[in-house]
Amino acid sequence: MNEILQGLIQAFWLILSFDSELITISLRSLYVTISALIISTVIAFPLAALLVVTRFQFRRAIIVTLNALMGLPPVVVGLIVYILFSRSGPLGVLGLLYTTSAMIIAQVIIITPLITSIAHQSMQALWADYRNLLISINISKMQRVVTLMWDSKRALITACLAGFGRGIGEVGAIMIVGGNIDNATRVLTTAISLETSRGDFSLALALGFVLITLAISVSFATHWFGKTERGELW
Amino acid sequence: MFPLRVSDIKINIKSKRLIGPINLQIEQNGISILLGANGSGKTTLLEALHGLRKLSAGKVEWAISHTLAAKEQTFVFQSPIMLRRTVSENLAFPLKVRQISKSVANAEVMMWAKKIGLEHKMKQQAVLLSGGEMQAIAVARALITKPKMLFLDEPTASLDGATKKTIEDILISASNDGTKIMMSTHDLGQAKRLANDIVFMHNGIVEAHCSKEKFLTEPPSKAAKQFLAGDIVL
Amino acid sequence: MTRALLISFMLALLPATSAIAEKVRLAVTSSFHNSGLSDHIIPHIETDLEIDIQLIVVGTGQALKLGENGDVDAILVHSKPDEEEFVKKGFANHRREIMFNEYVIVGPSSDPAQISSAKNLLEAFSKLSKAMVNFVSRGDFSGTHKKEMEIWNKINFVPDDIGKKYISVGSAMGKAINIAVAFDAYILSDKATWLNHKNKGNLQIQFEGDRLLHNQYAFLPINPAVHAHVKDQTVEKIEGWLVSEKARNLINSYLIENVQVFSFNAR
Repeated sequence: MNEILQGLIQAFWLILSFDSELITISLRSLYVTISALIISTVIAFPLAALLVVTRFQFRRAIIVTLNALMGLPPVVVGLIVYILFSRSGPLGVLGLLYTTSAMIIAQVIIITPLITSIAHQSMQALWADYRNLLISINISKMQRVVTLMWDSKRALITACLAGFGRGIGEVGAIMIVGGNIDNATRVLTTAISLETSRGDFSLALALGFVLITLAISVSFATHWFGKTERGELW
Repeated sequence: MFPLRVSDIKINIKSKRLIGPINLQIEQNGISILLGANGSGKTTLLEALHGLRKLSAGKVEWAISHTLAAKEQTFVFQSPIMLRRTVSENLAFPLKVRQISKSVANAEVMMWAKKIGLEHKMKQQAVLLSGGEMQAIAVARALITKPKMLFLDEPTASLDGATKKTIEDILISASNDGTKIMMSTHDLGQAKRLANDIVFMHNGIVEAHCSKEKFLTEPPSKAAKQFLAGDIVL
Repeated sequence: MTRALLISFMLALLPATSAIAEKVRLAVTSSFHNSGLSDHIIPHIETDLEIDIQLIVVGTGQALKLGENGDVDAILVHSKPDEEEFVKKGFANHRREIMFNEYVIVGPSSDPAQISSAKNLLEAFSKLSKAMVNFVSRGDFSGTHKKEMEIWNKINFVPDDIGKKYISVGSAMGKAINIAVAFDAYILSDKATWLNHKNKGNLQIQFEGDRLLHNQYAFLPINPAVHAHVKDQTVEKIEGWLVSEKARNLINSYLIENVQVFSFNAR
């Protein structure tokens, strides 16, 4: 219990003193996860919408697979990405291993199924209501997708936050493909892992509280900018 | 575009007959009322005519091509389908997807909002309004593109008298302005007020299609007699 | 406003050293890093050779794998039989001994197995095998783990015989120590990592000093014939630095709690 208190105090001072290494690591955590998030949504949202409005043979199989992929262990993803991008691997020539790019790629693989599944679920529910109207109004499939996505934006924001949460707290995959290299690929979660293995629990906890604060701030900022939770219809 | 020719159509679900066989011809002039007791198949027939239902047999043909005809029809559903947007955005939607200019669209939206008495609620979320207000919006939205054909499925079934009158007046006015209206109802009084011709349905088939006067003075079938007498039609 | 934020965001991510300096990747074993020695000498190498060294801190097994795959330019590990195998397979042309430290047996302050009075290492381990006390093993085929197995072998003892009291964790040194602290157990650790570890709990060094506890570190440059892209010329300079007088001074002068933990022995 003492360590938790010490951790909280240390976190407070770290943040207040604008510790430069802390700021660098935190910004890098945000950079990796937000980049992965942006790429994921570009894949996930249209995919989810298409799965809702289109009827084709493998549709159900894809949806079931996506739901299952939410349970992909991140460390396994890390291992696979490592093997692909290792110098001895097929994509080794790209030289992406041990860079933040590899970390972003691993996180995209991890969070895309999650975001797609949540987005699909809520757009499916809205489509049950909208379907007859949008077909009747005689608009193109693309326009249906855009309408569905736009009117689902609050649920899509929730999907984003879920993906962000999964990514910002992830450590297994990015440890393997990033290497936790000081001044290059070290982020909050890998730093926490390092300090834990050094036995410095209060520093590890302090970093942990910074991470939690960061995640909460992002959620607040998102809701504030999105003007959700306001007015009668949030 | 007219006449609309319905040839020997049947709709079955899992070998159970929903409607059919039905032969029908709808002309351009006057309001056609699809009359019948609950469960007689009115909704299924209307949706089939509009193209929302797949036919198990037979054809629905317009005088022009199917794609051209699709652009000229709108549909008002029994339960109003509101987009999760404001009143004005709902009204503007059909214009927006046709890329009508903003200024023209705004003028049309304002005019229709006044016609249905909602000009002071333009910025409110449509789904939060009363059932009558939502249905009025649905009717206005269906007419804002000046379609040549408007289908309505029991639009005033659960509405109060004032809203019912507003909507009926709008429909009469639209019919006079050149929109062909085909509307289903089980309200005999409404049929008497609006109908030019009556299509009477019982047990999934059309038992008669004749002028209103003829239907009222010489009921063409046992079910029609029961219906006019106010008895339960079995 | 958003643009300014974006720019400062990107600037914050630029590495501390100059972007012009050459980047070299070394896979090093966790004891080299967690002891604090790497923080002590790496900055000197970077300044003296004007390069940017990226350390990937992993277990011995993973370090060898990274070297084999050519994902790093050189490795620093402490497992002689594995290193010789590595050279034999051609992934490195040679191994260069740099320094050594000692293993120690750490245990609960009450020393229930009474190993602090043992005359030599084999007697200490023999007492451990009979005392029915908790013993944490690395269990990860690392240098430390292999050393532990080597000692059990010498006294003809199979550690599984202690049953539930033999805790094989499959983890790196630091995490294994954390578990030993939690179980109030004995554990074989390299002295440097132990001294630098911040969570010592109720444990302390109970046995040290036997010649068998010698722990040799070696530097292995990856063979450019196998992986053409490795920065072999820069790695050669690093190797040169690691066997220099300056390295000797820095390594020998590194103290934890006023104790010298590494001894330079390059030739």
